[in-house]
Amino acid sequence: MPAVSKGDGMRGLAVFISDIRNCKSKEAEIKRINKELANIRSKFKGDKALDGYSKKKYVCKLLFIFLLGHDIDFGHMEAVNLLSSNKYTEKQIGYLFISVLVNSNSELIRLINNAIKNDLSSRNPTFMCLALHCIANVGSREMAEAFASEIPRILVAGDTMDSVKQSAALCLLRLYKTSPDLVLMGEWTSRVVHLLNDQHMGVVTAAISLITCLSQKNPDEFKTCVSLAVSRLSRIVSSASTDLQDYTYYFVPAPWLSCKLLRLLQCYPPPEDGAVKGRLVECLETILNKAQEPPKSKKVQHSNAKNAILFEAISLIIHYDSEPNLLVRACNQLGQFLQHRETNLRYLALESMCTLASSEFSHEAVKTHIETVINALKTERDVSVRQRAADLLYAMCDRSNAKQIVAEMLSYLETADYSIREEMVLKVAILAEKYAVDYSWYVDTILNLIRIAGDYVSEEVWYRVIQIVINRDDVQGYAAKTVFEALQAPACHENMVKVGGYILGEFGNLIAGDPRSSPLVQFNLLHSKFHLCSVPTRALLLSAYIKFINLFPETKVTIQEVLRCDSQIRNSDVELQQRAVEYLKLSSIASTDVLATVLEEMPPFPERESSILAKLKKKKGPGAVSVTELEDSKREGGELNGGADRGPDTSALAASNASTPSPSADLLGIRSAAPINVAPVSAGSLLVDVFSEAGPAAPSAAVNDDGFLRFVCKNNGVLFENQLLQIGIKSEYRQNLGRMYLFYGNKTSVQFASFTTTVSYPGELQSHILSALKPPNLQMR
Amino acid sequence: MMRFLLLFSRQGKLRLQKWFTPISEREKKKIIRDMTSMVLARQPRSCNFLHWKDLKIIYKRYASLYFCLAVDNQENELLALEVIHRYVELLDKYFGNVCELDIIFNFEKAYFILDEFLIGGEIQETSKQVVNRCIESSDMLQEDDSSEWYEVELFG
Repeated sequence: MPAVSKGDGMRGLAVFISDIRNCKSKEAEIKRINKELANIRSKFKGDKALDGYSKKKYVCKLLFIFLLGHDIDFGHMEAVNLLSSNKYTEKQIGYLFISVLVNSNSELIRLINNAIKNDLSSRNPTFMCLALHCIANVGSREMAEAFASEIPRILVAGDTMDSVKQSAALCLLRLYKTSPDLVLMGEWTSRVVHLLNDQHMGVVTAAISLITCLSQKNPDEFKTCVSLAVSRLSRIVSSASTDLQDYTYYFVPAPWLSCKLLRLLQCYPPPEDGAVKGRLVECLETILNKAQEPPKSKKVQHSNAKNAILFEAISLIIHYDSEPNLLVRACNQLGQFLQHRETNLRYLALESMCTLASSEFSHEAVKTHIETVINALKTERDVSVRQRAADLLYAMCDRSNAKQIVAEMLSYLETADYSIREEMVLKVAILAEKYAVDYSWYVDTILNLIRIAGDYVSEEVWYRVIQIVINRDDVQGYAAKTVFEALQAPACHENMVKVGGYILGEFGNLIAGDPRSSPLVQFNLLHSKFHLCSVPTRALLLSAYIKFINLFPETKVTIQEVLRCDSQIRNSDVELQQRAVEYLKLSSIASTDVLATVLEEMPPFPERESSILAKLKKKKGPGAVSVTELEDSKREGGELNGGADRGPDTSALAASNASTPSPSADLLGIRSAAPINVAPVSAGSLLVDVFSEAGPAAPSAAVNDDGFLRFVCKNNGVLFENQLLQIGIKSEYRQNLGRMYLFYGNKTSVQFASFTTTVSYPGELQSHILSALKPPNLQMR
Repeated sequence: MMRFLLLFSRQGKLRLQKWFTPISEREKKKIIRDMTSMVLARQPRSCNFLHWKDLKIIYKRYASLYFCLAVDNQENELLALEVIHRYVELLDKYFGNVCELDIIFNFEKAYFILDEFLIGGEIQETSKQVVNRCIESSDMLQEDDSSEWYEVELFG
């Protein structure tokens, strides 16, 4: 194999590269490079003007050094000089250099653009191509400004050579992508469409890429391309393999062109014209038929090219979603691929089937392959193939096979890659909720999820199970019992403790009759996990304890003792300390009635859309987003208290952003009526209207009811406070002037967004009071 | 469209990098690191496709070189495999039994050949003959204007 290059040699470069390769260490390499850089620098600065060959050699060396990974900060001028030379090789190197080492120096850019302009108008096709390639490689805004009007002209001019047309088409495409505003539609657009009929297949190939991109942004302008594309496609598909000569790739006629045509057709709905549509359907059927024929060659390239066209045709069929016959055939074809020897084909078949699963025509057909897919999930060696299988199971899930699929996904989860566990957990949670007919199955599934992959069970998932348990009376007892049993496992995940603590706190009474789960047993079980848990969980458990005191008076003494001990009431965490102190006090001074009212059972949550879906959509993944959306829009979901989960969840997203509508700063109306969606730390109150009048179980901090009367004598103090917000007031008065500051303190650990305040002045005060809002200092606690 | 094409050896040394969209140097280095570690970690009998961020990665090993092509999510994976294969064929025709050393010592030629085949992330010409003719005619031009002694290669 030649170590010496063809053509012009450039010995010095080859020697340099050998030297670098022979360096034994990184330091030696850097030393050699620096030596060379110094050499080149001095040559460039030298008195003697360098000849073209030397310049070329040095610029090439610089390029090599750059591509090795070192920074180069000179050589651009010399490269630009090379650009303007008339010698092809020098030009080539110059262009390569500036395409790779893009420089934003405006003077250089001006010179480069000049050189390009010269080459474009030189009428020498090789030079024109070089210039066009450079523009396409760099595609900067400055180039777009300089050339965006010129290139369409070159593209459609009659005397442009084919090779130049190809380069011009793709160059224009590049410019359009980076600076769409500079490429204006004009009379060239209709002539570009006619390039589809060009004799030269290369021109058609290049033009199609351009047309596909343009038609996505301007569909009406280019819609004449559809019929042209169909006729071209049918000519290719029905041609014998010898017709297209060199455009036949391993016995497959023009695979790239065919795929591009099929892709172009996916930008438009099915053709309205009957004749065109008929031809297209015929084409697609031919492609499907050919897949069944024996292969003309054993080479993998042949099968890849043939199947590439097949898969693209199937994508088009799925996109149209209107020919049931074709859809079913496509599904069957993919089903065959599911068990093909080649891993690539199995992978692609699984991926394609995901989209098929959401079409109503083929959904049933896809479901017939469930056993194969489950088998793939269990036995495929390649993790990416297994992942596609999991995606497909998710896509094909419906009421008839939900239990089976969820069970399979759960067992897969036990051994799944860590990187995909969170997504799998979300999917299982969504499926379990959506297709639950029997909610005890749902509870079991989620608890299993927590058991298997507790670390990856996000908050949304276990909030959801609690919401559902609260809202459905029939499953509360079952949930309490199951959770109790789950907690007895020697090592249980913290999320399980959270769920268990909450559920036992609310519904422990339903199982208290059984001596094995008597109140004290329940309490001891929970408390045994207490010291293993993080602060938020402990806070939740403390709330559960006070609920126990209410539910089971016989436990009062035991629990009070726990609350009383120093590790609780002197806990260094303020939240825990506060809860311990307040619950202790509450339990001692409140009468049973008051206690019962304060710790009343949690009312049903208002209907919300699933935040889990929103979270899944946020995760990137091929099956994740599109399938869920299609599912939701095409099929009926499961029911939660008569409501259904639909689409993106703006309210939960709002909750996670903790946006607050403005609480009125009306001094005379302490309890603001505006509901706020905030996600505070305590369990389950995600969906509770925190500021609403009927405050539920969580005992709020003392509200300064008589607070504002104090300000008759005092200037400063806290005007209003609850778990989320503290409003403080500070005023100063001098003679007839007074100044009042209102401070809004955020007590949560979540930032308030869109927090606004309004001040309303009753009556004549308006003319007497000036108010100004200082921009909030958005600090979090 | 294609986003980038990387060629690297089994030890992770980069032999060619072609970027079809503007990316900062730092970003490039990170991508190179990610790609080499991801691809080199793959088991021998796995499929040739990977998902990475919002792109599809198609890779194939030819002798000691890994060819790694990143494409948009809607692109056809099998065709991308054949794009890689076509490029290898072109290199092979040009260098005659191409090997990694050829690409190391004639890196600029590898870029020129690539430019005749792919532009702006799209295929420019799918006929092997036409591309070869373009490359060979450029070589002719080189021989015309070069004043140094050169090796003439006889090709049919």
